[in-house]
Amino acid sequence: MSNQSIHAPSSASDANTTAPTDSTSQHPIGVYLKVWILLFVLSTLSYLVDYFDFQGYVRWSLIIIFMLLKAGFIIAIFMHVMWERMALIATILGPPTVLLVLIGLMSTEGSYIFGRRVEYLGQPMEAERIHVSDVHSAEGEEAEH
Amino acid sequence: MSEQAINKGGHLQSLVQDWSDDKQAFHVPWGKLMMWIFLVSDTFIFSCFLVGYMSVRTTTTDPWPYPSEVFALTLFGQNIPLILIAIMTFILITSSGTMALAVRYSHFRDKKKIALFMAITALFGASFVGMQAFEWTKLISEGVRPWTNPFGAPQFGSVFFMVTGFHGLHVSIGVIYLLVVAGKILRGDYDRKNNYDIVEITGLYWHFVDLVWVFIFAFFYLW
Repeated sequence: MSNQSIHAPSSASDANTTAPTDSTSQHPIGVYLKVWILLFVLSTLSYLVDYFDFQGYVRWSLIIIFMLLKAGFIIAIFMHVMWERMALIATILGPPTVLLVLIGLMSTEGSYIFGRRVEYLGQPMEAERIHVSDVHSAEGEEAEH
Repeated sequence: MSEQAINKGGHLQSLVQDWSDDKQAFHVPWGKLMMWIFLVSDTFIFSCFLVGYMSVRTTTTDPWPYPSEVFALTLFGQNIPLILIAIMTFILITSSGTMALAVRYSHFRDKKKIALFMAITALFGASFVGMQAFEWTKLISEGVRPWTNPFGAPQFGSVFFMVTGFHGLHVSIGVIYLLVVAGKILRGDYDRKNNYDIVEITGLYWHFVDLVWVFIFAFFYLW
Protein backbone atom coordinates (compact mmCIF):
# COMPACT_ATOMS: atom_id res chain seq x y z
CA MET A 1 0.00 0.00 0.00
CA SER A 2 1.45 3.31 -1.03
CA ASN A 3 0.45 6.59 0.51
CA GLN A 4 1.43 8.47 -2.62
CA SER A 5 -1.47 10.25 -4.25
CA ILE A 6 -2.46 9.11 -7.75
CA HIS A 7 -2.39 12.78 -8.66
CA ALA A 8 1.34 12.90 -8.12
CA PRO A 9 2.71 15.30 -10.74
CA SER A 10 6.00 13.53 -11.25
CA SER A 11 6.06 10.57 -13.59
CA ALA A 12 8.78 9.09 -11.40
CA SER A 13 6.05 7.80 -9.08
CA ASP A 14 4.80 5.53 -11.84
CA ALA A 15 7.95 3.49 -11.83
CA ASN A 16 6.64 0.85 -9.43
CA THR A 17 3.32 0.18 -11.12
CA THR A 18 2.43 -2.90 -13.12
CA ALA A 19 -0.51 -2.10 -15.39
CA PRO A 20 -0.16 0.13 -18.47
CA THR A 21 0.54 3.62 -17.22
CA ASP A 22 2.49 6.59 -18.41
CA SER A 23 6.07 5.45 -17.98
CA THR A 24 7.82 7.50 -20.60
CA SER A 25 10.94 8.01 -18.55
CA GLN A 26 11.77 4.34 -18.88
CA HIS A 27 12.26 3.77 -22.57
CA PRO A 28 15.67 4.31 -24.02
CA ILE A 29 16.58 6.96 -26.54
CA GLY A 30 17.00 4.21 -29.15
CA VAL A 31 13.24 3.82 -29.58
CA TYR A 32 12.91 7.42 -30.74
CA LEU A 33 15.89 7.21 -33.06
CA LYS A 34 14.62 4.01 -34.67
CA VAL A 35 11.15 5.47 -35.24
CA TRP A 36 12.72 8.65 -36.55
CA ILE A 37 14.77 6.71 -39.13
CA LEU A 38 11.71 4.62 -39.99
CA LEU A 39 9.67 7.78 -40.67
CA PHE A 40 12.44 9.02 -42.97
CA VAL A 41 12.47 5.74 -44.86
CA LEU A 42 8.67 5.69 -45.20
CA SER A 43 8.59 9.30 -46.41
CA THR A 44 11.30 8.55 -48.95
CA LEU A 45 9.35 5.53 -50.17
CA SER A 46 6.15 7.52 -50.57
CA TYR A 47 8.08 10.22 -52.43
CA LEU A 48 9.55 7.55 -54.72
CA VAL A 49 6.01 6.38 -55.53
CA ASP A 50 5.53 9.79 -57.12
CA TYR A 51 9.06 10.05 -58.54
CA PHE A 52 8.79 6.76 -60.42
CA ASP A 53 5.25 7.71 -61.41
CA PHE A 54 3.38 4.58 -60.29
CA GLN A 55 -0.25 4.80 -61.33
CA GLY A 56 -3.57 3.11 -60.61
CA TYR A 57 -4.20 0.76 -57.71
CA VAL A 58 -0.48 0.26 -57.01
CA ARG A 59 -0.10 3.99 -56.40
CA TRP A 60 -3.15 4.39 -54.17
CA SER A 61 -2.44 1.33 -52.06
CA LEU A 62 1.24 2.21 -51.58
CA ILE A 63 0.39 5.80 -50.62
CA ILE A 64 -2.25 4.66 -48.13
CA ILE A 65 -0.03 1.98 -46.58
CA PHE A 66 2.92 4.34 -46.09
CA MET A 67 0.61 7.06 -44.75
CA LEU A 68 -1.04 4.76 -42.19
CA LEU A 69 2.33 3.37 -41.06
CA LYS A 70 3.74 6.86 -40.57
CA ALA A 71 0.63 8.08 -38.75
CA GLY A 72 0.63 4.97 -36.58
CA PHE A 73 4.24 5.38 -35.52
CA ILE A 74 3.83 9.08 -34.76
CA ILE A 75 0.73 8.46 -32.65
CA ALA A 76 1.99 5.32 -30.89
CA ILE A 77 5.61 6.27 -30.16
CA PHE A 78 6.13 10.01 -30.49
CA MET A 79 2.79 10.88 -28.89
CA HIS A 80 3.20 8.05 -26.33
CA VAL A 81 -0.29 6.67 -26.92
CA MET A 82 1.13 3.14 -26.78
CA TRP A 83 2.03 3.66 -23.13
CA GLU A 84 -1.22 5.32 -22.02
CA ARG A 85 -4.07 3.71 -20.13
CA MET A 86 -7.05 2.36 -22.07
CA ALA A 87 -9.43 5.10 -20.84
CA LEU A 88 -7.31 7.76 -22.52
CA ILE A 89 -6.59 5.71 -25.64
CA ALA A 90 -10.33 5.13 -26.16
CA THR A 91 -11.05 8.86 -25.72
CA ILE A 92 -8.38 9.81 -28.26
CA LEU A 93 -8.95 7.18 -30.94
CA GLY A 94 -12.67 6.48 -30.47
CA PRO A 95 -14.36 9.69 -31.67
CA PRO A 96 -12.26 10.11 -34.85
CA THR A 97 -13.29 6.63 -36.08
CA VAL A 98 -16.81 8.05 -36.54
CA LEU A 99 -15.25 10.11 -39.34
CA LEU A 100 -15.16 6.94 -41.42
CA VAL A 101 -18.95 7.24 -41.72
CA LEU A 102 -18.60 10.80 -43.03
CA ILE A 103 -15.92 9.73 -45.49
CA GLY A 104 -18.09 6.85 -46.71
CA LEU A 105 -21.17 9.05 -47.12
CA MET A 106 -19.31 11.81 -48.92
CA SER A 107 -17.51 9.50 -51.32
CA THR A 108 -20.71 7.75 -52.45
CA GLU A 109 -22.47 11.11 -52.68
CA GLY A 110 -19.51 12.54 -54.61
CA SER A 111 -19.48 9.81 -57.22
CA TYR A 112 -23.28 10.12 -57.53
CA ILE A 113 -23.03 13.86 -58.25
CA PHE A 114 -20.20 13.23 -60.71
CA GLY A 115 -22.38 10.72 -62.54
CA ARG A 116 -25.30 13.18 -62.73
CA ARG A 117 -23.03 15.89 -64.13
CA VAL A 118 -21.83 13.57 -66.86
CA GLU A 119 -25.28 12.20 -67.61
CA TYR A 120 -27.45 15.35 -67.52
CA LEU A 121 -25.05 18.23 -68.07
CA GLY A 122 -23.01 16.52 -70.75
CA GLN A 123 -19.76 17.20 -68.94
CA PRO A 124 -16.78 15.02 -69.89
CA MET A 125 -16.30 11.69 -68.13
CA GLU A 126 -12.55 11.95 -68.39
CA ALA A 127 -11.25 15.42 -69.07
CA GLU A 128 -7.71 15.52 -70.38
CA ARG A 129 -5.33 16.66 -67.66
CA ILE A 130 -3.13 19.67 -68.33
CA HIS A 131 0.64 19.38 -68.10
CA VAL A 132 2.36 22.31 -66.41
CA SER A 133 5.02 22.44 -69.12
CA ASP A 134 2.32 22.98 -71.76
CA VAL A 135 0.91 25.93 -69.81
CA HIS A 136 4.35 27.48 -69.47
CA SER A 137 5.24 27.04 -73.14
CA ALA A 138 1.86 28.52 -74.17
CA GLU A 139 2.58 31.53 -71.95
CA GLY A 140 6.02 31.84 -73.56
CA GLU A 141 4.48 31.93 -77.03
CA GLU A 142 1.95 34.56 -75.96
CA ALA A 143 4.73 36.73 -74.61
CA GLU A 144 6.57 36.54 -77.95
CA HIS A 145 3.59 37.86 -79.93
CA MET B 1 -7.70 4.19 -3.27
CA SER B 2 -4.21 2.78 -3.45
CA GLU B 3 -2.13 2.69 -6.59
CA GLN B 4 -2.05 -1.07 -6.51
CA ALA B 5 -5.83 -1.26 -6.77
CA ILE B 6 -5.79 1.30 -9.60
CA ASN B 7 -3.34 -0.63 -11.69
CA LYS B 8 -4.79 -4.12 -11.41
CA GLY B 9 -5.78 -6.07 -14.52
CA GLY B 10 -5.35 -5.49 -18.24
CA HIS B 11 -6.50 -2.85 -20.69
CA LEU B 12 -10.21 -3.66 -20.71
CA GLN B 13 -10.41 -3.99 -16.95
CA SER B 14 -8.57 -0.71 -16.46
CA LEU B 15 -11.07 0.99 -18.77
CA VAL B 16 -14.05 -0.32 -16.79
CA GLN B 17 -12.35 0.52 -13.53
CA ASP B 18 -11.50 4.09 -14.53
CA TRP B 19 -15.04 4.86 -15.65
CA SER B 20 -16.79 3.18 -12.75
CA ASP B 21 -14.75 4.10 -9.71
CA ASP B 22 -16.60 7.39 -9.20
CA LYS B 23 -13.35 9.34 -9.23
CA GLN B 24 -10.81 10.72 -11.65
CA ALA B 25 -11.12 8.77 -14.92
CA PHE B 26 -7.89 9.83 -16.60
CA HIS B 27 -4.70 9.23 -14.68
CA VAL B 28 -2.65 11.81 -16.55
CA PRO B 29 -1.80 15.42 -15.71
CA TRP B 30 -4.73 17.76 -16.24
CA GLY B 31 -2.93 19.87 -18.86
CA LYS B 32 -2.03 16.83 -20.93
CA LEU B 33 -5.64 15.65 -20.98
CA MET B 34 -6.82 19.10 -22.06
CA MET B 35 -4.26 19.14 -24.86
CA TRP B 36 -5.53 15.76 -26.04
CA ILE B 37 -9.13 17.00 -26.00
CA PHE B 38 -8.04 19.98 -28.09
CA LEU B 39 -6.14 17.77 -30.52
CA VAL B 40 -9.13 15.48 -30.97
CA SER B 41 -11.30 18.49 -31.82
CA ASP B 42 -8.58 19.78 -34.17
CA THR B 43 -8.62 16.37 -35.84
CA PHE B 44 -12.24 17.02 -36.75
CA ILE B 45 -11.41 20.42 -38.24
CA PHE B 46 -8.69 19.02 -40.49
CA SER B 47 -10.88 16.04 -41.34
CA CYS B 48 -13.61 18.43 -42.49
CA PHE B 49 -11.11 20.14 -44.79
CA LEU B 50 -9.83 16.87 -46.21
CA VAL B 51 -13.31 15.38 -46.63
CA GLY B 52 -14.37 18.63 -48.33
CA TYR B 53 -11.37 18.26 -50.62
CA MET B 54 -12.37 14.68 -51.40
CA SER B 55 -15.91 15.87 -52.21
CA VAL B 56 -14.87 18.60 -54.65
CA ARG B 57 -12.29 16.36 -56.24
CA THR B 58 -14.69 13.48 -56.85
CA THR B 59 -17.53 15.69 -58.08
CA THR B 60 -15.62 17.96 -60.45
CA THR B 61 -15.52 17.04 -64.12
CA ASP B 62 -12.69 19.52 -64.74
CA PRO B 63 -9.23 17.97 -65.04
CA TRP B 64 -7.32 17.98 -61.74
CA PRO B 65 -3.83 19.54 -62.02
CA TYR B 66 -0.80 17.24 -61.65
CA PRO B 67 0.48 18.11 -58.15
CA SER B 68 3.90 16.61 -58.83
CA GLU B 69 4.35 18.98 -61.79
CA VAL B 70 2.84 22.02 -60.07
CA PHE B 71 5.20 21.58 -57.10
CA ALA B 72 8.27 20.68 -59.16
CA LEU B 73 11.41 22.76 -58.90
CA THR B 74 14.29 23.20 -61.28
CA LEU B 75 17.43 22.36 -59.33
CA PHE B 76 20.88 22.18 -60.94
CA GLY B 77 19.29 22.44 -64.36
CA GLN B 78 17.04 19.46 -63.72
CA ASN B 79 13.28 19.48 -63.25
CA ILE B 80 12.61 17.39 -60.12
CA PRO B 81 8.95 16.59 -59.37
CA LEU B 82 7.47 17.51 -56.00
CA ILE B 83 10.92 18.11 -54.53
CA LEU B 84 9.98 21.13 -52.42
CA ILE B 85 7.22 19.20 -50.68
CA ALA B 86 9.54 16.25 -50.08
CA ILE B 87 12.09 18.55 -48.41
CA MET B 88 9.33 20.13 -46.28
CA THR B 89 8.20 16.64 -45.23
CA PHE B 90 11.72 15.67 -44.15
CA ILE B 91 12.13 18.93 -42.23
CA LEU B 92 8.91 18.35 -40.33
CA ILE B 93 9.84 14.74 -39.48
CA THR B 94 13.25 15.88 -38.28
CA SER B 95 11.60 18.50 -36.08
CA SER B 96 9.37 15.79 -34.61
CA GLY B 97 12.48 13.80 -33.75
CA THR B 98 14.16 16.73 -32.01
CA MET B 99 10.93 17.39 -30.12
CA ALA B 100 10.85 13.77 -28.94
CA LEU B 101 14.39 14.28 -27.61
CA ALA B 102 13.32 17.44 -25.77
CA VAL B 103 10.48 15.48 -24.14
CA ARG B 104 12.93 12.77 -23.17
CA TYR B 105 15.31 15.25 -21.53
CA SER B 106 12.36 16.75 -19.64
CA HIS B 107 12.24 13.55 -17.59
CA PHE B 108 15.76 14.27 -16.37
CA ARG B 109 14.97 18.01 -15.98
CA ASP B 110 18.03 18.87 -18.03
CA LYS B 111 17.03 22.48 -18.63
CA LYS B 112 19.71 23.42 -21.16
CA LYS B 113 19.14 20.36 -23.33
CA ILE B 114 15.33 20.73 -23.22
CA ALA B 115 15.57 24.37 -24.28
CA LEU B 116 18.18 23.58 -26.92
CA PHE B 117 16.13 20.84 -28.56
CA MET B 118 12.94 22.90 -28.38
CA ALA B 119 14.76 25.79 -30.04
CA ILE B 120 16.05 23.46 -32.78
CA THR B 121 12.50 22.18 -33.27
CA ALA B 122 11.23 25.76 -33.54
CA LEU B 123 13.97 26.54 -36.07
CA PHE B 124 12.93 23.60 -38.26
CA GLY B 125 9.31 24.72 -37.90
CA ALA B 126 10.18 28.25 -38.95
CA SER B 127 12.08 27.00 -42.01
CA PHE B 128 9.04 24.88 -42.90
CA VAL B 129 6.83 27.97 -42.80
CA GLY B 130 9.43 29.85 -44.84
CA MET B 131 9.37 27.19 -47.56
CA GLN B 132 5.59 27.26 -47.51
CA ALA B 133 5.70 31.03 -48.04
CA PHE B 134 8.05 30.41 -50.99
CA GLU B 135 5.63 27.82 -52.39
CA TRP B 136 2.65 30.19 -52.03
CA THR B 137 4.58 33.00 -53.72
CA LYS B 138 5.56 30.71 -56.61
CA LEU B 139 2.01 29.48 -57.16
CA ILE B 140 0.47 32.94 -56.85
CA SER B 141 2.95 34.31 -59.42
CA GLU B 142 1.93 31.49 -61.77
CA GLY B 143 -1.69 32.60 -61.53
CA VAL B 144 -3.07 30.15 -58.97
CA ARG B 145 -5.96 31.73 -57.06
CA PRO B 146 -8.62 30.30 -54.74
CA TRP B 147 -11.12 30.59 -57.59
CA THR B 148 -9.00 29.77 -60.66
CA ASN B 149 -5.70 28.40 -61.89
CA PRO B 150 -4.11 27.72 -65.28
CA PHE B 151 -3.49 24.02 -64.62
CA GLY B 152 -7.04 22.67 -64.41
CA ALA B 153 -9.89 22.45 -61.92
CA PRO B 154 -10.42 25.74 -60.02
CA GLN B 155 -11.07 23.77 -56.82
CA PHE B 156 -7.36 22.97 -56.71
CA GLY B 157 -6.52 26.54 -55.68
CA SER B 158 -9.16 26.83 -52.98
CA VAL B 159 -8.20 23.49 -51.43
CA PHE B 160 -4.50 24.32 -51.62
CA PHE B 161 -4.74 27.72 -49.92
CA MET B 162 -7.26 26.52 -47.35
CA VAL B 163 -5.54 23.32 -46.26
CA THR B 164 -1.89 24.37 -46.42
CA GLY B 165 -2.77 27.77 -45.00
CA PHE B 166 -4.50 26.28 -42.00
CA HIS B 167 -1.66 23.81 -41.48
CA GLY B 168 0.93 26.58 -41.84
CA LEU B 169 -0.96 28.59 -39.24
CA HIS B 170 -0.69 25.64 -36.88
CA VAL B 171 3.05 25.37 -37.50
CA SER B 172 3.51 29.11 -36.92
CA ILE B 173 1.59 28.99 -33.65
CA GLY B 174 3.62 25.93 -32.70
CA VAL B 175 6.90 27.79 -33.28
CA ILE B 176 5.76 30.62 -30.98
CA TYR B 177 4.51 28.11 -28.40
CA LEU B 178 7.83 26.23 -28.44
CA LEU B 179 9.91 29.38 -28.06
CA VAL B 180 7.77 30.70 -25.20
CA VAL B 181 8.00 27.41 -23.30
CA ALA B 182 11.75 27.09 -23.97
CA GLY B 183 12.26 30.60 -22.60
CA LYS B 184 10.25 29.82 -19.48
CA ILE B 185 12.27 26.65 -18.95
CA LEU B 186 15.56 28.55 -19.04
CA ARG B 187 14.12 31.11 -16.63
CA GLY B 188 13.35 28.30 -14.19
CA ASP B 189 9.56 28.78 -14.04
CA TYR B 190 8.94 25.03 -13.98
CA ASP B 191 11.49 24.41 -11.23
CA ARG B 192 9.42 26.65 -8.98
CA LYS B 193 6.31 24.65 -9.86
CA ASN B 194 8.37 21.44 -9.68
CA ASN B 195 6.52 20.26 -12.78
CA TYR B 196 7.87 19.71 -16.29
CA ASP B 197 4.69 18.27 -17.87
CA ILE B 198 4.51 21.29 -20.17
CA VAL B 199 7.31 19.89 -22.36
CA GLU B 200 5.37 16.73 -23.09
CA ILE B 201 2.19 18.76 -23.68
CA THR B 202 3.96 21.05 -26.14
CA GLY B 203 5.41 17.93 -27.74
CA LEU B 204 1.93 16.49 -28.27
CA TYR B 205 0.89 19.61 -30.15
CA TRP B 206 4.02 19.54 -32.30
CA HIS B 207 3.71 15.85 -33.18
CA PHE B 208 0.08 16.48 -34.09
CA VAL B 209 1.14 19.14 -36.59
CA ASP B 210 3.51 16.57 -38.13
CA LEU B 211 0.71 13.99 -38.11
CA VAL B 212 -1.65 16.27 -40.02
CA TRP B 213 1.08 16.87 -42.61
CA VAL B 214 1.34 13.10 -43.18
CA PHE B 215 -2.30 13.11 -44.32
CA ILE B 216 -2.02 16.31 -46.36
CA PHE B 217 1.12 14.96 -48.07
CA ALA B 218 -0.60 11.69 -48.98
CA PHE B 219 -3.99 12.99 -50.05
CA PHE B 220 -3.24 16.38 -51.57
CA TYR B 221 0.31 16.17 -52.89
CA LEU B 222 0.66 12.51 -53.85
CA TRP B 223 -2.91 11.64 -54.88
